[in-house]
Amino acid sequence: MNLYAEARAGALVVRVDEERLDAAIAIRFKDRMREICVQPAPRIVLDMSRIEFLDSSGLGAVVAVMKALSPNRRLELAGLTPNVEKVFRLTRMDSVFPIHASVEAMLSEGVRDAG
Amino acid sequence: MLADRMQQSGLKRPPGRAEAQIFHLSFPADALSVRGALRAALARFLRQMTPDEAGTLELILAEVLNNIVEHSYADSGHGTITLSMVRDRRGLSCSVSDDGVPLPVDCLTRADDDTDRPHPESLPEGGFGWFLIRDLAEDLGYRRENGRNLLAFRLPLQPQA
Repeated sequence: MNLYAEARAGALVVRVDEERLDAAIAIRFKDRMREICVQPAPRIVLDMSRIEFLDSSGLGAVVAVMKALSPNRRLELAGLTPNVEKVFRLTRMDSVFPIHASVEAMLSEGVRDAG
Repeated sequence: MLADRMQQSGLKRPPGRAEAQIFHLSFPADALSVRGALRAALARFLRQMTPDEAGTLELILAEVLNNIVEHSYADSGHGTITLSMVRDRRGLSCSVSDDGVPLPVDCLTRADDDTDRPHPESLPEGGFGWFLIRDLAEDLGYRRENGRNLLAFRLPLQPQA
């Protein structure tokens, strides 16, 4: 399970360096994210741009990560590839998360908002 | 090998399609073996599908196979899954069998009823599998026969140029 976290513009950006977020690694993903989310950033952005395949176990794990956060923090998603986006759309879970085209797009939005 | 046999037996292939027609694999019922089976099944038919169709196929198969690992064999790590796929003019015809516990009857019927669909507002962590299968697969059918679960479905594919 390869996750890389870095603080960028007040957000904790976590890059998932895996091609699949599926039943085989869903539990490890949840556990690792729980450790990473100990860092007190108000926004956590999950960079999913490397993930080519997400199944309902992977989706459930992402939801579980969000539910484990305290109410004043939020989980945002960035860089959904077409197959991953489809799973969020079909399950209507795209209505639950702020979704950004990419981490770079998310960061430039932040700059615009601030200006 | 199939191609050799077809030539030897004098069977004619449809003109312009020198592509795989059949996939058949039995594998252990655990999450990593499911990954391997998905990779092999996708590789076999990849050239005959659009990227979108390939994504849909992988998702349906993953949901079906993960359900078997987690529920039919109750995550025991024991048991065998058999996956068979046949390419025909309209798409892919898939069948999956296992020797685990019977599929609860309401799995398929409940997925017909949209009121049981997991509501995003309630932040569900599961329960999506059968709805995804139902949304994406066609002609979904289930039979329990001689202590085996048999699930069959079709994935329509765009006609090839």
